[in-house]
Amino acid sequence: MNGADAMVKCLAAEGVEYVFGYPGVAICPFYDSILQTEIHTVLIRQEQCAAHAASGYARISGKVGVAVVTSGPGATNLITGIATAFADSIPLVCITGQVDSKMMGSDVFQEADISGACESFVKYSYIVRNAADIPRIVKEAFYIANTGRRGPVLIDLPIDVQQQTIRHFSYPESVNLRTYKPTVTGHAVQIKKVITQLERAKRPIICVGGGVHLSGAAAEVIRFIEKNDIPAVSTMMGLSAIPTEHPLFYGMVGNNGKPYGNRAMNNADMVIMVGARVADRSISQPDLIMENKILVHIDVDPAEIGKNAGPTIPLVGDIKHVFEEFNKIDFKADYTDWIDQLDGYKDDARDAKRRRMFQREEEILAHQKDLTGINPVQFIRQLSLAMKEDAVYVADVGQNQMWSCSNYVARGGRFMTSGGMGTMGYALPAAMGAKVAAPGRQVVGVCGDGGFQMTMQELATISQYNIPVKLVILKNTVLGLVRQYQHYNYKDRYSVIDLGSKPDLSLIAQAYGIGYLRLDNSLKTDSTLAAFLAEDKSMILEVDVDRDELC
Amino acid sequence: MKRIYSILVENRAGVLCKTAGLFWRRCFNIDSITVGETQDKEVSSMVIVSSGDERTLEQIEKQLNKKLDVIKVKTFDESESINRELLLVKIKYNRGNRRDIMDNCQIMGARIVDMSRSQMMIEMCDTPERVAIFLDALKSVSIVEITRTGILAMTKCNETV
Repeated sequence: MNGADAMVKCLAAEGVEYVFGYPGVAICPFYDSILQTEIHTVLIRQEQCAAHAASGYARISGKVGVAVVTSGPGATNLITGIATAFADSIPLVCITGQVDSKMMGSDVFQEADISGACESFVKYSYIVRNAADIPRIVKEAFYIANTGRRGPVLIDLPIDVQQQTIRHFSYPESVNLRTYKPTVTGHAVQIKKVITQLERAKRPIICVGGGVHLSGAAAEVIRFIEKNDIPAVSTMMGLSAIPTEHPLFYGMVGNNGKPYGNRAMNNADMVIMVGARVADRSISQPDLIMENKILVHIDVDPAEIGKNAGPTIPLVGDIKHVFEEFNKIDFKADYTDWIDQLDGYKDDARDAKRRRMFQREEEILAHQKDLTGINPVQFIRQLSLAMKEDAVYVADVGQNQMWSCSNYVARGGRFMTSGGMGTMGYALPAAMGAKVAAPGRQVVGVCGDGGFQMTMQELATISQYNIPVKLVILKNTVLGLVRQYQHYNYKDRYSVIDLGSKPDLSLIAQAYGIGYLRLDNSLKTDSTLAAFLAEDKSMILEVDVDRDELC
Repeated sequence: MKRIYSILVENRAGVLCKTAGLFWRRCFNIDSITVGETQDKEVSSMVIVSSGDERTLEQIEKQLNKKLDVIKVKTFDESESINRELLLVKIKYNRGNRRDIMDNCQIMGARIVDMSRSQMMIEMCDTPERVAIFLDALKSVSIVEITRTGILAMTKCNETV
């Protein structure tokens, strides 16, 4: 048995079913050994997408996603995908081939110091020097990736180590890391403090973040808010943890969030941040959420607590565990007045939105506004209602993401996007990974024509491996969000945002053997969506959106 | 505010780089950094002196604790610890100032460890403040080269351990 055999045996022992990757000489022993196992391989078309696909897979399966690429450019191409996963705390194990360890450091062909380059985007990284260490390292890597605050782990594997003979192979049953012991159990005293404060509070609100998904705690959180009638809001990463129409849910907060969600946060006297980083997109002025408020911050990563805002009650622990404890405690509190107040905010906002929509139509009819094509706000709503209830919705980055997060209706499905890094081109490969993880679920990716062109080569992958992903392309022929920024901040002085009308998406679809539909008339939205979503096969839906649409 | 971090790390390749890289990436200051072995050959000791506001200093500790190569972080003020710095300084001397320099060395507890016809090298191991005072006293002479180790620190002895 050699190092590569040991590596694939370890992956099999970890229950890995899929490896997304791209071979090259430096990782060839690995790809030779993997043929002996049951592990499926997916040949992606550019390495960045291996990490994105693994990330989509991890988000839906709850398991660690695995990407395996070669040394040098293969490894450096992977970096954006690793950084994207790191920003959203997605558990990945990324294995990179490396040149012969005796040659390392001498700049030989396809050598890159990938562990050095990735240092600030990985939870941990290994350079394997000795094949005998492989079982321990793989065991540790999977453990580190999928415990505590999740994140990517890199294993750099020189080719000679892959070829080295191992005499005895045994996969360790447990890890022994003296430097890594994540706190899972919430401190009983802190839990008690939170409940005591909740009893005193008049206007509490729970803000759920991406950590709720990572911990698989949505059911526990919903049980807690229902049991105690506590209203909740969500960050973009936390979307779909609570159904949109839940009576206690008041939308997404942040600069692209619902006005009533933000008002709810501002007027609360107690804010409970759950698995959220208090980052700049959702809380623009962290100091303000401290003002006249009790701030509770629950996170598995102690370093997140107090990083952006110092909480009144810090609570380190896994959210699922913490909410299981919360749910065991009965306490009395009445927030009826507060909920009435929040419902009032919601009605105000809905009236305002209706007025805006009405005004928009009026202006178009009166030719004051020359907007053609489909109204993306309405379209996203209709799309998410036409999708199956448990469907996965993957939003890309840009205007499409803003329209998606504020108009997607969660009904038990899953919303995911590159929230932290904002990586354009994420939707297609991540949707591919999600579909691989859950072949029985409908998976819809939504992107713009800019993001689509960043990773459109993966159409070949979904076509070749028959991974039936639905892809909506909101085509407005510009980099919409940058254009919008230039509209507001540079007074319509547009610079380098025009994508032109190419490519012809119908021909692209045809070239890859994928179904194609186009929507340019809002009267046909429902029937087109029905046709688009009808069968479980890959389909591209091109949606004409006017370049002047703002989000 | 100044703070001393005494860190025990796994003695593995790249640990210094990873730890120092954290300071770089998170925009934390490093006033000084020293690395050396401990009684356990698998463990290295790092002493990093940093400065910043309270939230930054707390973040440094938390982020250090998050690093998977970090075994233990102790943080303290200068007043809670014994601090030492080693200085080597090479100066030019002449007959006129030779006596003066020797007096200064004697007063401050520094030692002349090497000399040639025109140069001498002085060694001093003391608190950072006293090292600074000594260097100030040498201002009038021509300094060829200075090297300082940065602070080594250990918390004061304590009965309760």
